[in-house]
Amino acid sequence: MNIHIKNGRLIDPLNNIDANQDVYIVDKRIAGIGVAPQSFVAEQVIDANGLIVMPGLVDVAARLREPGYEYKATLESEMDAAMAGGVTSLSCPPDTDPPLDEPGLVEMLKHRARSLNQARVFPVGALTYGLKGSDLTEMVELTEAGCKAFSQADAMLTDTRVLMRAMQYAATFGYRVWLRPQDAFLAKDGVAHDGEVSTRLGLPAIPVIAETIALATMLQLARETGVKLHVCRISSADGVEMVRVAKRQGLAVTCDVSMNHVHLSEMDIGFFDANCHLMPPLRSQRDKAALRTGLLDGTIDAICSNHSPVDEDAKQLPFAEAEAGATGMELLLPLVLKWAEQEGVPLLDALKRITINPAQLLGVKMGHLSAGSHADVCIFDPSVTWKVESSALKSQGKNTPFNGHVMQGRVRHTIVEGHIAFSGISL
Amino acid sequence: MNNPQLNKNGELQHLLTTEGLPVRILRNILDKATEFVNVAEGREIRKVPLLHGKSVFNIFFENSTRTRTTFEIAAKRLSADVVNLNIGSSSTSKGETLLDTVDNLCAMHADMFIVRHSSSGAAHLIAQHVAPEIHVINAGDGRHAHPTQALLDMFTIRHYKKEFHNLRVAIVGDVLHSRVARSQIHALTTLGVPEVRVVAPKTLLPTQVEKLGVQVYHDMAQGLKDVDVVMMLRLQNERMQGGLLPSAQEYFKYYGLTQERLAQAKSDAIVMHPGPMNRGVEIDSSVADGMQSVILPQVTFGIAVRMAVMSILAGAK
Repeated sequence: MNIHIKNGRLIDPLNNIDANQDVYIVDKRIAGIGVAPQSFVAEQVIDANGLIVMPGLVDVAARLREPGYEYKATLESEMDAAMAGGVTSLSCPPDTDPPLDEPGLVEMLKHRARSLNQARVFPVGALTYGLKGSDLTEMVELTEAGCKAFSQADAMLTDTRVLMRAMQYAATFGYRVWLRPQDAFLAKDGVAHDGEVSTRLGLPAIPVIAETIALATMLQLARETGVKLHVCRISSADGVEMVRVAKRQGLAVTCDVSMNHVHLSEMDIGFFDANCHLMPPLRSQRDKAALRTGLLDGTIDAICSNHSPVDEDAKQLPFAEAEAGATGMELLLPLVLKWAEQEGVPLLDALKRITINPAQLLGVKMGHLSAGSHADVCIFDPSVTWKVESSALKSQGKNTPFNGHVMQGRVRHTIVEGHIAFSGISL
Repeated sequence: MNNPQLNKNGELQHLLTTEGLPVRILRNILDKATEFVNVAEGREIRKVPLLHGKSVFNIFFENSTRTRTTFEIAAKRLSADVVNLNIGSSSTSKGETLLDTVDNLCAMHADMFIVRHSSSGAAHLIAQHVAPEIHVINAGDGRHAHPTQALLDMFTIRHYKKEFHNLRVAIVGDVLHSRVARSQIHALTTLGVPEVRVVAPKTLLPTQVEKLGVQVYHDMAQGLKDVDVVMMLRLQNERMQGGLLPSAQEYFKYYGLTQERLAQAKSDAIVMHPGPMNRGVEIDSSVADGMQSVILPQVTFGIAVRMAVMSILAGAK
């Protein structure tokens, strides 16, 4: 479709544009920025006066729960959530049931997602069969099926020899390995950060060294094998510092953080709020401050939603028994805007972390609005304030620690591949 | 943060933890318990009609004969109807969730729930869930809190030591896993005890325990030096697994309370234990049965303290 987005403020970090410029879409591609292409006739005009026009968001961690966990969420429900959040590309971790360890599963997921014609889905394949940490998956086949990286999700790989070989094998083909650092033994049975709050509430704890010991192993193995390592969901000050040093030493390592950890700490658990039962656990206020510093200085490349819809019953339990996770895609943009405002980061800089940076982590050509690029666009109203009501979220998972919080900025239109996939009510 | 234990009038609505309770409420419970001790010991009839017509449900998701029995006796002395449910872990494996169970019991017109559960925060969850006229008493949740145990300990200390502001108290043993220790620490610091010590090997102390307002000791002799009160904690047998302790014998050798070690404390120091005791593991029989032990009076006071808590809750508007 030919779409003319007029009168909007265009922000495109890759092209360093923050200006009032019209965007012209012809068919599935961006056909012009600022200047209409020759003989352009708009079939649809979006008046973006007072709105911000940006590349569709790229979320590197969004669980869709298919296959296997349809009682928690379905592709239909979570794609609606993605659209309402302006997320046009997402990568899903392999911890489905069965895990994404067979090309057929990946193809089926991609096919299902494509048929919905909403967000683009870039699966992360399982690094080992069944995420069991012993046998390598067919990474070449999985890549041909559409996997963009390989991961253990939250299943920890304890056998360091298998980990090294997985990295060597992935490095052979230049594949990316995405790992969340957590030592399985030190984290065993833990549900909260090992600190003041877990001590007070008597919650089994996960110490920071569970992250740093695993991270040290990963960084050394990455150095040894030359694999492209991506560190997922960093949570601690010490962890951020290790990544910072590794980057300074020239290691090809990248890193992301969940939006929850940018805004919350262990203190938010209060009296056992199971919505704050997250993995990795919310850490201390000092850790939160260090994560924010890591975002500012570029140690942390991307912010993700770590969208993990959980069914209601699984949260209505005592804290330790409640399932970890929170819904998130619909809150990613406003929470990044909030962070940018709190830290005084210009939008042009801030939005990198949810557009071009995560697109580059995935190795996909999304996350920008250059002439000729895919017409994936998010148009949001930066001035509107709204209160999060979990029941009103599109995601099937209704649990969020931000329920009742006031957000500023809300998506008005989401365009994927040149078609308007979502239009929110104007508030 | 709102205190989920207090109603809008600042009265005790639920008893979930000793943390954050105003000192006036703690003292009120102890004073009220004094009246009930007199009821128990001074009069022929051991029953008062304060909870007449009320239904008290003991719901124990974790087995405990002793605590359940003391609550039952306390409720009966207040003339309540008592229903005991030992739910154990089997019912949840049959698919019924904790809150389903609670909803069912609410439908049977319960007025008060006494809850024990193996997960920290279970009592808070139930208190948030029930209708506002229902009261919840936490009889132990995971490692988190056991407030009535701590209150009966405070009652015992006040009975023997009269005041709190001039005391030195040592809590000895497995603080990491102990809901009793956490509740004792909050109660002692709230009531104005100037020096609370914890004594344990590093494997049995939680991170940043000093932020709860205690001084940390790893040596028994130093930890017990000149204290007025020694509060022993029970050591569970399963602590020998998972690398927390090598053996019960070695634990007793360094952290068991013997007469010799107790001599470090003040000569009139009292020795307490929440029970059930492991003789020869955390405490020597000669101490447990000795002159300074107040372990059996603790049990007696426990009934009065639980009567006090229930009657105060029943009176909240």
